[in-house]
Formats: sequence, C-alpha cells, structure tokens
Amino acid sequence: MKETLLSENWRRFRANKLALAGSLVVLLLFIVSLAAPVLAPHDPEAINVKLILSQPSPEHPFGTDQLGRDVLSRMIYGSQISLKVGFVAVGIATLIGIVLGALAGFYRGWVDIVIMRFVDVMLCFPSFFLILAVIAFLEPSIWNIMAVIGLTGWMGVARLVRAEFLSLREREFVLAARAAGAGDMRIIFLHILRNAWAPVVVSATLGVAGAILTESALSFLGIGVQPPTPSWGNILTEGKDNLQIAWWLSLYPGLAILVSVLGFNLLGEGIQAALNPKLRN
Amino acid sequence: MWVYLLKRLLAMIPLLIGITLISFLVIQLAPGSPVDLQTEMNPKASPEARARLEKLYGLDKPLHVQYFLWLSRMLRLDFGRSFSTDARPVADKILERLPITILINVLSLALILAAAVPIGIVSAVRPNSLFDKSTTVFVFIGFATPTFWLALLCMMFFGVHLGWLPISGISSYNADQMGDLAWLWDRTRHLILPVLISAFGGLAGFSRYMRFNMLEVIGQDYITTARAKGLSEMRVILKHALRNALMPVITILGLSVPGLIGGSVIFESIFAIPGMGQLFYQSVMARDYPVIMGALVIGAVLTLVGNLLADVSYALVDPRIRAGR
Repeated sequence: MKETLLSENWRRFRANKLALAGSLVVLLLFIVSLAAPVLAPHDPEAINVKLILSQPSPEHPFGTDQLGRDVLSRMIYGSQISLKVGFVAVGIATLIGIVLGALAGFYRGWVDIVIMRFVDVMLCFPSFFLILAVIAFLEPSIWNIMAVIGLTGWMGVARLVRAEFLSLREREFVLAARAAGAGDMRIIFLHILRNAWAPVVVSATLGVAGAILTESALSFLGIGVQPPTPSWGNILTEGKDNLQIAWWLSLYPGLAILVSVLGFNLLGEGIQAALNPKLRN
Repeated sequence: MWVYLLKRLLAMIPLLIGITLISFLVIQLAPGSPVDLQTEMNPKASPEARARLEKLYGLDKPLHVQYFLWLSRMLRLDFGRSFSTDARPVADKILERLPITILINVLSLALILAAAVPIGIVSAVRPNSLFDKSTTVFVFIGFATPTFWLALLCMMFFGVHLGWLPISGISSYNADQMGDLAWLWDRTRHLILPVLISAFGGLAGFSRYMRFNMLEVIGQDYITTARAKGLSEMRVILKHALRNALMPVITILGLSVPGLIGGSVIFESIFAIPGMGQLFYQSVMARDYPVIMGALVIGAVLTLVGNLLADVSYALVDPRIRAGR
C-alpha cells in the first residue's frame, strides 16, 4: 500500500513541469556549492588592484569588484552561505515549531492556550525588526544569523503541526496505540508525527526560500555575513556603492537569489500539489 | 457590535503584556549594562559614579522589579533618551518619523489593491487562460524577487541611466524655495520608486489571494442562482461575487502590517527616506538601545492596532462575525 502511494505521488510530481524545474535548480545549487573549489575560476578572496571594477570579460565573466576580486567566484562561494543559512535556520524553526505545535495540539487545554498566545505575541513583532534588534545585541556572524532567523520563524510550523495534531489525535490508530500501552511521547513523536509530516515538509521547503531572502537582505544591510566572506547579499552592497559605474555587481548576485528562491518555492509548491490531490487546479 | 469590540479589546491585553515581556527579554541580551556605555569611554568615571548611574536606571534592583519599572515607563510613553549625541527622547524621535513611513505604506497598499483586485478577478473568471498563466508566472517571480535588488535595478535604470527620477531622499535640496505645486511634484517624484517597489512584493501575494477567493465564491450556489435568474455575467461577477470575495482581503490587509513595517527598514535605507525604518536601521548600526527597544515595541503595537482595525472592519461588513457565530 505504502509503495503504491509513494509511486503515485512521485508520478504526480513528475508530471508537474514547474516542480521539476524547481528541483533541478535546487539540485544545481547543491552541486555548485559542494563543488565550489573546483568550479570557481579564481580565488574568491584574491585581491587584484590592477583589475578594480573591471567589466565582464572572458577572464572574469561577471566582472570584478572594488578590490579586483572575481565576482563569479565570489558568487559560487556565496551559494554555500545561502544554502547553509537556509537549511540550518529552517531546521531550527521546524524543530521548535514541531515540538510546540505537537504539545499544543496533543494536550489542548491550558498548554494549548499558553503556546498559542505565545505564537500570537511573536507574530505581532515585525519579524525583520525583531531579527535586527537581536542582531544589534549579538555579533553579526553567520551562526547568529541562522539562530535568529530560526528563532523568529517557527510560528507558522507550530500552527500547522497543531492543526494536524488536533485532527489526528482523534483517529483510531492513536486509540490503538494507547490501548497497546504506548506513552504520550511515543504517541506524539512516533505515531502522530509520522502522519503529519507532509505539510511540514512543504512549509520547510518554502521556509528555506524565505531564509535565503532574509539572509541576503541582512547581508545587504551590512548586518549579516561579514566581508571578506562572500555572500550574495554583501556583493549587492558593493553594487549599491558603485551603482553608477558597475552594473554587473548589482545584476548577477540578485539574479542568483531570485533563481534559487524561485527554485525552492516551485519545489515546495510541487510537493504540496503532489501530496494533496485536492489542491490540483 | 459593542460587545464584540469590547471582547476584542480585552483579548489584546495578554498580547500587549507578551509583547512587553519579549521586548524586555531582548534588552537583556545586550552585552554589558547601559552604564558601561557611559562610563567606559570616560576614565574619570569613579565606581561611585557608576553606582549612582545604576541606581538612576534601577539596575541595582532584581530583574522582575526592573521589568515593572520599565513597563510603567512604557505605559507613560517614556522610552528614555537616545544614546546618540542629540540625546533626545526616543518617543519624539520615533513619532516624527512615523508619518512618512505610514504615508508610503498606505500609498503602496492602495496601489496593491488597485492592481491586485482586477488581476485576481480576471484570472479567476478565466482560469488557465493566457492572462491567468502569465499572472501565475508573475506571482512566482514576485515572491522570489529580493525587493532591495529590484530597488537597485530601478535606481540604476530610471535614476542613473535614464535620469528620470531622483534616487534618494524625499525632496530636492532646494525644496524650501519651491511653490506649493512644484513642491508637491518634487515630493511625488521622490516617492514614485519607493512606493512602486514596496508595492511590488505585496502585489504577488494579494493577486494570488484575490484569485483564490474569487474562484471559491464563483463556485457557490448563490452565484448559480444569480446566473439562473438571468443577470448579466458582468453583474454577477462585479456585484454578487466581488463583494464576498473582497471580505477576506480585509483580514489579509491587517495581517500584512508587520511585513510592511519590517520591509520599510530595507527600502528606507536604500532610498535614504527619513522614516521609522531608517531610524531603526541607524539605531541598530549605532547600538542605540533605547531607540531600538522603543521602535520594537511601537512596531508590535502598530501591528496589534492593524489587526484590531481589520477585525472590526470585518465585523462591520460581515454580520455573522458580530453575532459571534
């Protein structure tokens, strides 16, 4: 039964051209960031004063920046940052969201009230304000960025998981597990969670896209990944500083962000459409 | 209606308390104490002076007492004084910058609605048409475009390359000497790019949502009834369907407030607009803690007010909500 369901879902996913395009983009992104040392034509941090802000050329396809560094190589290494931040931040957010959402949906009552009020309060803060405020107090480092994006982005997952738990906890299989003597934790994390993973996977995939956007905005504002470590956002900062003379510094990193975010979004929507036949059309 | 309003207001109290608690906890993350900032740079500061400052700020008291002291100052809208050289009250600094931020956000919301509603209607009335498909593509691209990058491209194209629009600030250096009309035109030209760009991000979501609502409503029985009694399709869509498809949009308007306030940090610092977002960014860069905390609390309260307004307007247009069903 499980095999056929999986293969049916896979067939639906495969038929969705946009979803396939999305997975291709995500796959490419992984290959580029894993193979960065092989793919990058130059050392991303090698300064060349003779080639400051030079136009794109065969030697430097995306031009050079204000320190004469190769923009293409910096972008290839920048993909590592985007993926790392995207996945770790979403991992943190998903973990918190699952635990809190599961507890609220399973126990209901005052546990639910307290957790959901907490969610409401967190949602009142403009998330970008909250992220910036916390970053202002900590040091801007890649680890802090991941932690802060994760800690301010779990509310949606918590709501999703709670809704799933509220309906799943009434099913027969939960009753059966309880009759067989399973404890609460076993029922929550083994039996119910296994049936609630689909919406979580979708929201996590879309979450990676959001985290990539947030990281690039933070780095662009100078409070994210710090130079000389290349990130798509901080290359764009140099683009802003040289807006009048070096268009290539602004154009290419932004395109890279757009395509990657688009890839994760299409993949997420594709998974959702495949798993939830009701949503087709 | 009044009962509903009262209930809604009472429900805000725990949220307000939660907002202040979280904000207070965020302050506690600050390395060192505010006293360090004032004494570190000053070699003449004696331990006695430090103790005096600590007492002044209430830092010698336990944490929960500090919270209540801070809370009582918040309630009196006393957010303390800025650490920057002007040392002005935080509330003044924020309030004087609020109007321009609100103006830009209201303009961009108006623009979003003016564009998203027709787009949503047309794509829902003809699903899978060429128009519908191209808006779907646009929606995906809109969701994936970093606004600050779009801002850079527009500044480069319209500002630098074509020279049509100014790329920073909200008025020209000689705006003081302009007549009223010239001044208005100057201000408008400065606001075109910021408003268009802050609208772009929201447009994708809103038109998608409008299409979804419209599709839902068109499938309802009363639409079939309206068609059956011989009304023209135009009348069915614009009069019967649109009204009901628009209602949920009110809620989304309320929910979009935090995103808009957060987004203003980005485009205000790109376009050098002297609003709340830019103030927040500058304070973060300067570690001006009182301003950061003040803006954080005010931002959250604005969100709460936005949600309240949305819920109340929804109750006004939908009697079912008022009745509490």
